[in-house]
Amino acid sequence: MGLNRSTLLAFLLIAALIAVPFAAPYIGGNYIITQATRVVIFGIVALSLDLLIGRSNLVSFGHAAYFGLGGYVVAIASFHLANDIPLLGWAGSNEALVVWPLAMLVSGLAALVVGALCLRTSGVYFIMITLAFAQMIYFIFVALKFYGGDDGLSMRSRNLFAGERITNATTFYWICLGALALCLLVQWRLIVSRFGRVLSGGAANERRMAAMGYSIYAYRLVAFVIAGMMAGLAGALYANLNRFASPDMMSWLLSGEFMVMVIMGGVASLFGPIIGAAVFLLVETSLSGATEHWQIFFGPFVLLIALYAPRGVWGLVRGGGK
Amino acid sequence: MTLALETIGLTKSFAALRASDAVSLQIEERESHALIGPNGAGKTTLIGQLTGEIIPDSGRVHLFGTDVTQWSVPRRALHGLGRSFQITQLCMSFTALDNVALAIQATQGHSFRFLADASKDKKLNDPARDVLARVGLADRATIEAQYLSHGERRQLELACALALGPRILVLDEPMAGMGPQESARMIEILQALRGEITILLVEHDMDAVFALADRISVLVNGTLIATDRPAAIRANEQVRAAYLGTEAH
Amino acid sequence: MQLLIEQLLNGLQLSLTLFLLAAGLTLVFGIMGVINLAHGSLYMLGAYAGASVAAKLGNPWMALPSALLASALVGIVMEYLIVRPLYARDHLAQVLATFGLILFFNGFIAWAVGRPPIMMDTPAALSGFIEILPGLPYPTYRLAVMGAGVCVALGLWYIIARTRLGMLIRAGSDKRDMVEALGVNIAVLFTLVFGLGALLAGLAGVMVAPIRSVQVGMGEQVLITTFVVIVVGGIGSIRGAFIGSLLIGMCDTLGRAYAPILLKLWLSGSIADGFGAALASIMIYLVMAIVLIVKPRGLFPVGG
Ligand SMILES: Nc1ncnc2c1ncn2[C@@H]1O[C@H](COP(=O)(O)OP(=O)(O)OP(=O)(O)O)[C@@H](O)[C@H]1O
Ligand SMILES: [Mg+2]
Repeated sequence: MGLNRSTLLAFLLIAALIAVPFAAPYIGGNYIITQATRVVIFGIVALSLDLLIGRSNLVSFGHAAYFGLGGYVVAIASFHLANDIPLLGWAGSNEALVVWPLAMLVSGLAALVVGALCLRTSGVYFIMITLAFAQMIYFIFVALKFYGGDDGLSMRSRNLFAGERITNATTFYWICLGALALCLLVQWRLIVSRFGRVLSGGAANERRMAAMGYSIYAYRLVAFVIAGMMAGLAGALYANLNRFASPDMMSWLLSGEFMVMVIMGGVASLFGPIIGAAVFLLVETSLSGATEHWQIFFGPFVLLIALYAPRGVWGLVRGGGK
Repeated sequence: MTLALETIGLTKSFAALRASDAVSLQIEERESHALIGPNGAGKTTLIGQLTGEIIPDSGRVHLFGTDVTQWSVPRRALHGLGRSFQITQLCMSFTALDNVALAIQATQGHSFRFLADASKDKKLNDPARDVLARVGLADRATIEAQYLSHGERRQLELACALALGPRILVLDEPMAGMGPQESARMIEILQALRGEITILLVEHDMDAVFALADRISVLVNGTLIATDRPAAIRANEQVRAAYLGTEAH
Repeated sequence: MQLLIEQLLNGLQLSLTLFLLAAGLTLVFGIMGVINLAHGSLYMLGAYAGASVAAKLGNPWMALPSALLASALVGIVMEYLIVRPLYARDHLAQVLATFGLILFFNGFIAWAVGRPPIMMDTPAALSGFIEILPGLPYPTYRLAVMGAGVCVALGLWYIIARTRLGMLIRAGSDKRDMVEALGVNIAVLFTLVFGLGALLAGLAGVMVAPIRSVQVGMGEQVLITTFVVIVVGGIGSIRGAFIGSLLIGMCDTLGRAYAPILLKLWLSGSIADGFGAALASIMIYLVMAIVLIVKPRGLFPVGG
């Protein structure tokens, strides 16, 4: 029964995501497509964050940093190409198949360095330190006046995808949805694999895992890097969506919002974080449309979720559980 | 004679309290050795230093002839040290089978595998089932650890340690909180292992200790006051005064 | 030389502000095991309460009591209504709930006062300069702030080291049962400690109000810096909070003053300015990284 309901929810979600481009002309056109694209992109970030929060019991409060880095890689590569300023001998690029993997690589490397330090600690130290290092990356980009500093960096056009221009919002949506599907697939296999078992074993009981011979640190670091890479990909997509990257993409506020998405949707569930991203954006846009001071209502909403619905939408639908 | 385990002058203090005071213990290979002592004597603290969870203030630990004093917990585990905890440590949301399979997986050294479904992996599940059968949990394989009874969890703890294929088994009060039937079952399981691998058993249940031990060490206030054959320990006045006398059931 | 002295004093002042915040945060974490992101909001509320009351009454001296009252009151209510159910919960729930509080307080202030920064006047008696060395004038207000900071730090030390409340606070962190056995109502103790932390945060907020602009979001930046302080000092340790505050406050202030100058020795002007600014703003995080490598649990780790 419980299982059926959550399977149904997953199917509904997938059907809705696929239906968007077909329904869009009747319910708001490009605006809806753009909103749905944001849901998909934030869904990727939330999914990747859940690999840390839900699966590994690592409460990372700095996930926006990797998201923002991904965005900046794309914007910077396009900036150098557009302005004919080589970057250390590289002319820059506007090709998605080059710069998106590059975005993942850069975000992954940053996650490797930060993770290597943060994972030496645990619990509340880990929360504070991930937050602090994300803030550090944020400040670096605020100070980089060459790339726009505070004001951010615009892209003249979206990336080319295999040489083709992506002019159509729907096409871009399909690309993002494809990326989400890929990330879902990767995460799903990751979780059921031997590697994923060690991760969740470490989340369940670290002492037992050590006594069985696992040095959990290495596994967590790999998870941290994978999550950072996925967030980097999402950042690259987001910069393309807005044709713009800015330090706001790395702000602690966004990191917090990513966490809210994960928990609102349901930790340690494959589709929960994506539902969380959808619900989050829905609530945010409708509240902020209704009043300028929407945070007055959104704050308590988040608070109530933390206190009374820690398993999120997914947990409510699945029923029972602690 | 090869020693499975040797400690040389292990000392550990918590603030003013000496929990281990120059403990020098020698356990031979395939020996079944019991460590007894009153509550708070420092038995768990000593075990912590053997397994690497607690760093001694001074002294050394040798495992099968190798100085492992600086080694991490996982490294000692992979060197052949399996253990159970006084307070059960299991992955509570995992099934009994998966708990053991995790241990099996650790011995196979292929944990950076990212795609294949581990829950369907015969190379993990078959040996895990065997171990579960050995501790008498064959029919509880699919139950999550959080829903097992206390006694069953203790058996599962043992299974996790056994699944590592350890050369030495360190057990911290495996029978604590068990009913007489469960205790008897545990003694039976340990009897079967006796002579096959080295066992260091911490236990308050004297029937179990005298049934299982080749030799017994007595720890009081962090100090080893005697190590001898069971009969000699029974007769030892000092032990009687310090321990058996006060703790007689 | 004069620049150096001036920067050292500025650094000291920042350190003391950080200490007021770090002390409260580390006590609340050390004793109750709660990570409170909304601590920065209490700082902001102190600043706003002080600035608006002072402006209403036209008397800057009224800023202090109103800030203390407002922050302590909000702190106590917050503990009673929201933090209490969080004691038994995991860090994730605590982070999320107090994140919600931040959003609420920021939204509330934006609604009640508006987004543009507001200014607070310095009391006339403190608005001049004092010549601390021949030819080196320094704002009287900043000196007063430092004096107050030192007094509070000493007072806090006295409370914790010498009083019954302090003994309970020290015991409370790991020996709940013992404290309860002494017949102390632990719930009241927790409320008191939380209120004290809130009061200190409000004090820090109102003290910097005349120096920095009072605006929505002022609490979060300082909160993250306070986290760095606590991580460097060791969570739960007041001594660590103090040393950490000094280290981070000095590093940040001196880094901002000297990093661009030092870089000019190696790099050309404009590049040095650019990198200098970046380096200066990340200095404290680099210090934190180094501490983490050497001592992962901070300079003064608490327990095991
Ligand atoms: N982490 C610690 N910090 C401070 N004191 C400790 C710590 N661990 C143990 N102790 C103290 O050290 C002494 C020895 O404890 P230990 O747990 O080793 O005893 P034990 O022999 O295992 O007792 P039991 O039979 O009750 O399990 C006890 O007095 C205990 O309170
Ligand atoms: Mg013990």
